Amino acid sequence: MAVVAGSRPTTSPVPNALAGARRVLQRNLLVYRRTWRGSLFGSFLTPLLYLTAMGIGLGQLMASGGTTLLGGVEYLDFLGPGILASSCMQTASFESTYPIMGKISWRKNYEAILATPMEVHHLLIGELGWIGFRLTTMATVFLFVLTLFGIPRSPLALLAIPAAVVTGLAFAAPIIAFSATRHNDSGFAALFRFVINPLFLFSGTFFPVSQLPDAVEWVAAATPLYHGVALVRGAVLDAMPATWPLHALYLVVFLGVTGVIANRLLRRRLVK
Amino acid sequence: MPPTDEILVHARGLTKRFDAFTAVNAVDFDVRTAEAFGFLGPNGAGKTSTMRMIACSSPVTEGELTVIGMDPRTQAPQIKARLGVVPQTDNLDAELSVEENLLMYARYFDLPMSVARPRAAELLEFMQLTERASDQVEPLSGGMKRRLTIARALINEPELIILDEPTTGLDPQARHLLWERLYRLKQRGATLIITTHYMDEAEQLCDRLVVMDKAEIVAAGTPRELIERYATKEVLELRVPDAVRAGLDGRLDGLADRIEELPDRFLLYADDGEHALEGVHGREIPIESALVRRATLEDVFLRLTGRSLVE
Repeated sequence: MAVVAGSRPTTSPVPNALAGARRVLQRNLLVYRRTWRGSLFGSFLTPLLYLTAMGIGLGQLMASGGTTLLGGVEYLDFLGPGILASSCMQTASFESTYPIMGKISWRKNYEAILATPMEVHHLLIGELGWIGFRLTTMATVFLFVLTLFGIPRSPLALLAIPAAVVTGLAFAAPIIAFSATRHNDSGFAALFRFVINPLFLFSGTFFPVSQLPDAVEWVAAATPLYHGVALVRGAVLDAMPATWPLHALYLVVFLGVTGVIANRLLRRRLVK
Repeated sequence: MPPTDEILVHARGLTKRFDAFTAVNAVDFDVRTAEAFGFLGPNGAGKTSTMRMIACSSPVTEGELTVIGMDPRTQAPQIKARLGVVPQTDNLDAELSVEENLLMYARYFDLPMSVARPRAAELLEFMQLTERASDQVEPLSGGMKRRLTIARALINEPELIILDEPTTGLDPQARHLLWERLYRLKQRGATLIITTHYMDEAEQLCDRLVVMDKAEIVAAGTPRELIERYATKEVLELRVPDAVRAGLDGRLDGLADRIEELPDRFLLYADDGEHALEGVHGREIPIESALVRRATLEDVFLRLTGRSLVE
């Protein structure tokens, strides 16, 4: 007479989403232990180069033309926070393409992890948490460099860190969703060329968006970077626009909606 | 530990479809606790799809499936907590060291480090990888990576270990080491489910097995039973000169239970191969060479799944 097994209690409890996500973060930190010096140095060097070349070099050229369009601040002050927000966008975008693709199809890390009690949404939340961590260290170093240049006006500048991190994450979620649909990396070059770089140039990083034709201005305003730049610049220069709750709401809703889409597309890709 | 009557995996009418393509078509099988159960079949027969459903990595399209008394549709994480999965291609974490691969995998099972560390050390010893503990994964040989993948699958002390072609691509030394380790796991009471297309591996390891072909199970039983049912005790392999072959015209008929003609030789299935050979000599058929051997699972496999190449 055959007996059906299963009376024994489960040996491992099933993780909740946050516990599962923490393990993905832990794995990435384990790898980061070997590479953090280079990455931190990069976070330091990027703002230094931009601010020296464009802020000081270009800024002095422009000083003669007046700063009314910039809201009465020096070009260096205008540029610094803009570069902070867009660097977060770029780092988050990169982290959401090749490394995610690698874990989906080249090295199949996710396949290995999903053979355990871990679930797809643990992977997504964990990766977003990891990118959030990377952006936090980056934004902190960045803000420190801005301070060396004397740009921040008040302690309110510290709010630029969470604003920049959320800006980055608002790119990470949709780009992870995009990566989940790709079978090779050929789409990524196009993504950077046709989406990320134009946003970098036209979302208010280098000049006020109001300088652009109305149609382009509307397109810029529909993307997360525009709102991120507004918040980060407002915090660093202690000049929050009255519309700040709208910018913040936009970023949070955008992150939430694209996060749900990313989860769905990752599941479709990984669970067949 | 000998196999018991307890049923660990139970499948009835189990079906997997990908859009219009049916990978597994209504298969029935039961895997008992503490046995080694094999899935044999050519490429594309549906073995891996079946394994992936048992491992709760792939949703069941239709039919009944119970794994360790639980339903993969609703209790996948609980089932996975008690499984060890060795996939067909190694998916080790190339960015971590050998030991970190085990420790991190233990974390995915929510094992605390105090449990994971001694267990990882023990598994590295068991799989003869202790000296490579702090090395990166990439420079390891194929056999070592395979052993590490199996060690990783054991980190949660699984009751059921699912191995998809565990020794494909390994050299004979590495295969024998793995077989020996798998046998020891079975002796400790673990249940093994193995897919393979090496018949010697199936004969060595499996208590019972099923042969799959074109998404269906075409035969089931112990290796011995299958050989008795689908082959004879012995096989006479006969090579004849081409000139003779052309004019042979049925002269071998009646010498064996079944005769199979291959491009380079004849296979005569008979319980007494020597007797069949005497018959060949008696009919004065000139031969190039003759070999009497025991029938193997390979004869069963080729009979059931055909000799044409599957790609």
